[in-house]
Amino acid sequence: MKRLGVLAVLLLVLGLPAAGGAQQPKTSVQFPPGVPLARQGFYLYAQNCASCHGDRGRGVVPPASQEAPGPIPGLGPSLSGVGAGAADFYLRTGYMPLGEPTDQPKRSPNFFDDNEIRALVAYVASLGPGLPIPDPHPENGNLSEGLSLFREHCAGCHQILAEGGYVTGAVPPPLDRSTPVQVAEAVRIGPYVMPKFSERVISDDELDSLVAYVEYAKNPDDRGGWALGHVGPVPEGMLTWFLAATVLIGACVLLGQRLRR
Amino acid sequence: MSRFRNWFISAVVLLAGRRAKPGAPQSERILPEGEPRPGSEVLAACLLFGCAFFGAAFVAVYALDRLPWTTQLLGASLGLALACLAAALVVVAKRLVPDEQLEEDYPTAHPAASDSIAQLVQESGDRFTRKRLVVVAAGAATGALSLAAITPALSLGPALDPDVLYRTPWRPGRKLVDERGRPIRADGIEFKTFYTAFPQGAEREELGAPLVVVRLDPGALALPAGRGSWAPEGILAYSKICTHAGCAVALFRTPLFPPAEPKPALVCPCHYSTFDPAAGGAVLFGPAGRPLPQLPLRIGSGGVLEAAGDFSGPVGPSWWGVRMGKPT
Repeated sequence: MKRLGVLAVLLLVLGLPAAGGAQQPKTSVQFPPGVPLARQGFYLYAQNCASCHGDRGRGVVPPASQEAPGPIPGLGPSLSGVGAGAADFYLRTGYMPLGEPTDQPKRSPNFFDDNEIRALVAYVASLGPGLPIPDPHPENGNLSEGLSLFREHCAGCHQILAEGGYVTGAVPPPLDRSTPVQVAEAVRIGPYVMPKFSERVISDDELDSLVAYVEYAKNPDDRGGWALGHVGPVPEGMLTWFLAATVLIGACVLLGQRLRR
Repeated sequence: MSRFRNWFISAVVLLAGRRAKPGAPQSERILPEGEPRPGSEVLAACLLFGCAFFGAAFVAVYALDRLPWTTQLLGASLGLALACLAAALVVVAKRLVPDEQLEEDYPTAHPAASDSIAQLVQESGDRFTRKRLVVVAAGAATGALSLAAITPALSLGPALDPDVLYRTPWRPGRKLVDERGRPIRADGIEFKTFYTAFPQGAEREELGAPLVVVRLDPGALALPAGRGSWAPEGILAYSKICTHAGCAVALFRTPLFPPAEPKPALVCPCHYSTFDPAAGGAVLFGPAGRPLPQLPLRIGSGGVLEAAGDFSGPVGPSWWGVRMGKPT
């Protein structure tokens, strides 16, 4: 009996941190066949998203008097009119669900499985007309045009090989794990503090080139061999000179030593 | 012109004239007398004049500044000048100065030794028969090279006419155009994105030309007093040149959900100076010492954006004149 009590306490201690995490555990429901995706998404939304995004995606915003983001629990934008593209982006990158509303969303493992994401995307899309999931074709893109677009619009924050960087107050992420669809979605949405780029600024054809460049930047063609800074053979050459000069000087010192008799 | 001719004639006379050797009594020689080598001497002088020529050519190329391949010509002229100098020194060392190698014990210091060393040095120059020619050539080479070395200091800035630092191409009524020269319409400026604009029909490379244009909610603006009409429909234009070190302000931080995210800001990627577009470009963070200059806008005929005046302050990195105020 006593042993059982210890076991119960142990279970309680072990179980508490898991329950107290930022993300409440989702409950998986087996829907009978024939339930529409959006309807399934509605249940998932109500369980996992409504605390911040409000009833039926109407959002939770602070009262007009409060300017600075204060300690308001469950603050979230309205999802009406954001479209399937935004929902797909935030869920498949693991940006949502977010532990703390004022945190920057970060790439993390998907909280929902593929079916659940499709259901949630269908539900969010049903809240109002918005951005559909884009369909980029990087194979039709032009790599050099993509480079010049990326340099002009993206490299200021994400760096020229999409390794990520900094702006004051936020961390532009590296794009090495972004899929072409996610890159296209991000360009059109402007997640977090990123600007958005409409079709007037970057057309769909240009977007293909841009995505092609981001795909290229995942495995750039490192001419120098060691990929030092990914800027061509110059840093590698300098390092080689440095190493070779050390070896040569060592050889000279050895050759120049007097024989000891 | 006649003065120039006089200078030229006196230079020729000086070069051609040979002074008689001073009739000082010659003590016994230490070095064996070497035969003069006029050929080598003239070669050295030619090389030094060559150095002077290319040094002057560097200054000329720099001053003209309109030749094609300017950078390559500058490099080639300076390189050739230094190569000529090096060749002249090699000729002198190999052919005109004794290069005998001697080995002896380290001498104890003795006053008499210094006399003989002085004599040795004196006699080393025996092979030079046209000393004046070589000295003039060496002087010309040194002068031209020194001039070539200090010429690029002119690029440090307009020392004589700082007024150009205040000039910008923006006048009331000048239209804003995009990178391809198309006029920018007010209804083409969307929220949460940013645009680079230039003055129509003016030099784009000028410091005061490029603008960054954004649209914010007119209700969220808190512009300084007197700028109430500068942002029609909430469209704001700022100089794209950071007031810290002159980089392009290329980052626009713009929240998707303002209540929970950092507020809009223009950020310079060089040193992260951060400016508040809603508050007249005030510095929020970073090393910049003064706000980003704002350009007053108005919507002209056909909905095209145009300037309503000049910037709110001097454009570009700060310099001494910024504190003194613009002269009128």
